[in-house]
Amino acid sequence: MTDMTSSVQSAYVRPAQARRDIGIKRRYAAERRFRAYGVAAILTGLFFLFLLLWTVVSNGYTAFQQTAITLPIEFSEKIIDPKNERADNPAKLMTANYPLLVRDALVKALAIDPSNRALVKQATDMVSASARTQLRDIVIANPAVIGTTVDVALLAEGNIDSANKGQIDLKVAEANRKVKDQQLAWMKTLTETGAMAKQFNTGLFTYGASSRPEAAGIGVAALGSLYMMLIVLALALPIGVCASIYLEEFAPKNRLTDLIEVNINNLAAVPSIVYGLLGLSVFINFAGMPRSAALVGGLVLTLMTLPTIIIATRAALKAVPPSIRSAALGLGASKMQTIFHHVLPLAMPGVLTGTIIGLAHALGETAPLLLIGMVAFVVDFPGSPMEPSTALPVQIYMWANEAERAFVERTSGAIMVLLIFLVVMNLGAILLRRRFERRW
Amino acid sequence: MSTSIILLIILIVGLAAYFSGRARAMASSNGKLSALHSLPGYHGVYVAIWSVLPAAVVLAVWLIASPFFVESALRASLPQEVTSQGAATTELTLGQVMSVANGLKLLNTDELAAVTNGSVNLRDALGAKGVPLAGDGELYMVKAAQDYNTMKENSRWAMSAVVLVIAIAGAVFALRGISAPFRARNRVERVMLGALLVASSIAILTTVGIIGSMLSEALRFFNSVSPSTFFFGTVWDPRFSAAGSGGTEGQFGLLPLLAGTLYIAFVAMLFAVPVGLFAAIYMSEYAKPVVRGIAKPLLEILAGIPTIVYGFFALITVGPFLRDISAQLNGLVTGNYVNFIQAQSVLTAGIVMGIMLIPFVSSLSDDIITQVPRSLRDGSLGLGATRSETIKKVVLPAALPGIVGALLLTASRAVGETMIVVLAAGVAARMQLNPFEAMTTVTVKIVNQLTGDLEFNSPQTLVAFALGITLFAITLCLNIYALYIVRKYREQYE
Repeated sequence: MTDMTSSVQSAYVRPAQARRDIGIKRRYAAERRFRAYGVAAILTGLFFLFLLLWTVVSNGYTAFQQTAITLPIEFSEKIIDPKNERADNPAKLMTANYPLLVRDALVKALAIDPSNRALVKQATDMVSASARTQLRDIVIANPAVIGTTVDVALLAEGNIDSANKGQIDLKVAEANRKVKDQQLAWMKTLTETGAMAKQFNTGLFTYGASSRPEAAGIGVAALGSLYMMLIVLALALPIGVCASIYLEEFAPKNRLTDLIEVNINNLAAVPSIVYGLLGLSVFINFAGMPRSAALVGGLVLTLMTLPTIIIATRAALKAVPPSIRSAALGLGASKMQTIFHHVLPLAMPGVLTGTIIGLAHALGETAPLLLIGMVAFVVDFPGSPMEPSTALPVQIYMWANEAERAFVERTSGAIMVLLIFLVVMNLGAILLRRRFERRW
Repeated sequence: MSTSIILLIILIVGLAAYFSGRARAMASSNGKLSALHSLPGYHGVYVAIWSVLPAAVVLAVWLIASPFFVESALRASLPQEVTSQGAATTELTLGQVMSVANGLKLLNTDELAAVTNGSVNLRDALGAKGVPLAGDGELYMVKAAQDYNTMKENSRWAMSAVVLVIAIAGAVFALRGISAPFRARNRVERVMLGALLVASSIAILTTVGIIGSMLSEALRFFNSVSPSTFFFGTVWDPRFSAAGSGGTEGQFGLLPLLAGTLYIAFVAMLFAVPVGLFAAIYMSEYAKPVVRGIAKPLLEILAGIPTIVYGFFALITVGPFLRDISAQLNGLVTGNYVNFIQAQSVLTAGIVMGIMLIPFVSSLSDDIITQVPRSLRDGSLGLGATRSETIKKVVLPAALPGIVGALLLTASRAVGETMIVVLAAGVAARMQLNPFEAMTTVTVKIVNQLTGDLEFNSPQTLVAFALGITLFAITLCLNIYALYIVRKYREQYE
């Protein structure tokens, strides 16, 4: 009896053990591995996102500060206007020898022997060449300053600025270094007396292109970008909305409508550089518009943004329930009135979200602008969209090609500004969607 | 009158037309608005459209057409001895007369008189005003320039007058038609529908513009370089021949560029596809809603970052990192610390482009995977398959066509990407297989050929359009095929 039960039990258990061996463990291990691959993939993506942002921020946060050297400048009449001609000939003040003022002030402040040419040269190299225009502007704004001594904060030269921020490797032999030991010693004394200090870099936001990093800024480029964004907004939004309304509400279902649909989906995926070629050949060569103008850039970006806006608008129109349409039509509104008075206002949050995302995309676009001549060295603010201008991402591209350490810092700083604009725009789009989104 | 002032006047007339149309409709209703077929505002808009639209059209046509007429009149007035010297001389003289015409506007009456009777050198007089002249001006030029200026002036006045008359006449005509039973709304809506149609045809026009402009410029290029040497050439060396050197012709071989483009895109896809696909699978099948709610938007930030930023990232971080690590590796193995990966290389560009493509792959495949019906998963899980087996054997095969479509769309983006390769891939056009060396792409060469000083008729610049249309054709095929697959796939489960 017991024999029998035991043999039955063993006969029952054995196949069960055999079944358990068909690889549950292996299959669960495969399951865990598969999951781990997924986690690893997401972490890889996030790692690169943070690495990218960290690269930009760690290189760029110093760009928001700039070293300045405050010197008591003696606006000596002997140097600026030795023959006292300024009453008859105001142009004299434009061409006066302002660098000499800087030199004299430096010689005095650092107690250098003025006859030692090499030493004086090293000292004057510490101050940006833009000091000339800076002093000139002071004198021209207020000629009464001549003959007095005023403390002026002059921009330090780019390499001195980098050294002051600790970005230049001092272990490199002096001959291979941009900043010499003598200059470092002077920097120390100037810092101790409080003459040399870091201040907030307003120039980054107000200056235009310059070959000297300390005098280069994104102000002019930002204005060019602003012009282009206004043109894109003024053209792409109305055209995009009109086109979507036609396609979504009026278009008969036929070959032509199909063609337009395929076309728009395809245009959204055309490489942006192709739009640049289109702009160069149609707007500049054929229509004779000026090169480097924000107007042409705006038109090109408009064509590029249109598909995005049309696709978003159509989705928003589609999401408005048919009951709204039926109610309006039932009360006697015409089809046009139904759409413009009822459907479009309800779809507006979706439309605006799509528009903002399209604009953000256009703001960061570089390649088509390179082809229509916006890789330009623009120093002055463009007065109108017809004048030569450049754009923020193009300015970043041009700076990225410069070798100096101070330009790396400025490139990253400009990227930070661009990214902040993009974040603000995208946050605006998200908030708009949260605030006005309706669930039907 | 300047064009903007004319436009402003038209708009003012239109505004007046709107109000008078509305007032007239109100008046014709005898105080009972329900007697009107359309609301008074529609009557106003109807009148405004009649006054603004024809005038604006005439203005546009005149502005475009008049320079041609004036120029041909000027051409006819040139003396015989100039026109008989061939087309080039005529064009040159024409340009000179036009700059004289511009310069004459700057002169005051005394100077003008001196110039017309020939007592002062034309070139010096205009040069003093900042208008440079290519050669010494001749007396007939002054005469021609003056005629040209008067013609332009007259044309402008005639245009202003005609446009104004049309605006007012249109308004008056429309006003006369207004009465209580008049169907103003239907007419206005018809015009609106026309406007909507025009707006939606801009998409078609853009495509036509892209194809037309690139094709015509590319044909000009193929006039000087034969298509077979372009499409099958293996050497890219577009020399800029100096003027008058007899023109040693550059070599425009597409193949090295195409090889670089495809190689870099391939490396990028090799990096982006596994990462993006696994991220999409994890987020759609495994992740809790909280994790998904955080990870998905974070990954999508990568898609919102401008490509120039990726280019900078490649230039500053990835390129130098790969170069240094290769030097270290080489040193550990052979003792010779020389880098075998260049800072600008296929690998650098491919990896950075791959990072950019991760969110495209992941969000497109995510959409497609979530579209696979729940019932398929439940069936598989119910039969005892693990989740990963369900995904591998049921979900992915069901989603495969859609995923292939998504990958093709991503590949088209990789092929057309510009800024990353401009900064990270290098400019050397080579055909080789080493991913650690620099190669170049079609887009890089388009940028290279078209930035800087350009003379538009040389093959060196026109080749950019031939490259552009090649790029457009490749991406067009990829896109259309991908969109077709995605659409078909969507219908399958709807």
